[in-house]
Amino acid sequence: MTTILLALVIGAAFGAVLDRIGATNPAIVGKMLSLKNLELAKTILLAIGVGAVLMFGGQMLGLVDVGHMSVKSAYIGVFIGGLMFGAGWAVSGYCPGTGVCAAATGRKDALFFIAGGLLGAAAYMVTYPAWKASGLLDKFMGGKVTLGSVPGAKYDGLMAMSGDVLGIILGLVFVALAFALPERISGSDGAVMAPAE
Amino acid sequence: MILNWKTGGLLLGVVFFMAVFLVKPIGVSTQFVILDGIIGDVVNSELVTQTEDGYASTNAYLDKSNGKYAKAVSNPLNYSFVFVLAMMAGAFISAMLRGGVDASERSVSALWRANFGDSVWKRHAAAFAGGFIVLYGARLAGGCTSGHMMSGMMQSSLSGYMFTAGAFLAAIPVAMMMYKKEA
Repeated sequence: MTTILLALVIGAAFGAVLDRIGATNPAIVGKMLSLKNLELAKTILLAIGVGAVLMFGGQMLGLVDVGHMSVKSAYIGVFIGGLMFGAGWAVSGYCPGTGVCAAATGRKDALFFIAGGLLGAAAYMVTYPAWKASGLLDKFMGGKVTLGSVPGAKYDGLMAMSGDVLGIILGLVFVALAFALPERISGSDGAVMAPAE
Repeated sequence: MILNWKTGGLLLGVVFFMAVFLVKPIGVSTQFVILDGIIGDVVNSELVTQTEDGYASTNAYLDKSNGKYAKAVSNPLNYSFVFVLAMMAGAFISAMLRGGVDASERSVSALWRANFGDSVWKRHAAAFAGGFIVLYGARLAGGCTSGHMMSGMMQSSLSGYMFTAGAFLAAIPVAMMMYKKEA
């Protein structure tokens, strides 16, 4: 029961924050991916950095259970799937989490995204044996690995360096990137770029 | 209405931390498979069955990892599935508190309208096709923006970086071709 309560609280907080950073708006996602407005990218970079520093810092201090880490396996299909994901993300302006949240905010196109998503997931379920047989799901560089070796974790590290220290350093790099990234890369001010009405 | 990146990023980072601190890292896309399984099991009750030591499925994907997904299909009131339902509730409340989404925005966003016009069906078809590719790709990759990009890179996992590289390598050129005009 406690876990269900936690799911309700953390899930609701996540959904609310996704809405408030603009991630449920496909126009904001489209502008980010076409490099017209990188505010959302800065938000995401900062979030990853903050999360990493808190998590690895907490683990070093013994406040955070290392056993809660859940590292996904690396295989070539991760990259191929990422490419497909990226193309669909750009076309729709939604990813799985923001799609369901956007539907909840009243966006109708998000319902079509979810319907397409359910069909896409079902298509993968049916074609999974072929991917499995292709070898593209076989472990790559050890599979479930982290970049550094995290003390007490059940995952191997690619480098012998302490995964906690490296995790904090990378977290700080993400924070620095969030600050360094310009608001926009593509084009110039909207006023200059906008075609004559 | 939209939080600036410093406040928003801090809040989002704290949510990701609280998730791994209290339970486990956030992930979403698996739940599309679980919902498919629930629907599939209603249509064909043979899809997921209880065995002596757990659950099994006639579908190889639901059956993998000792029927981990098959178990979730049989018990939808599990953490990860309820989490996604709660996300929807949280987003709904947030949207209501900021006055909701404009009726004109609900089907076709301003950016889409500027580039592809007012056709609702054109937009719905693109959202549907996009959703298909997004979830097919996410399941092939084993995660999405939440599980791979955010939770993955936060934990400094190799797979998170591989997924993110692939996602942006495709997303940026496609978006730059599609969204030439700003709203």
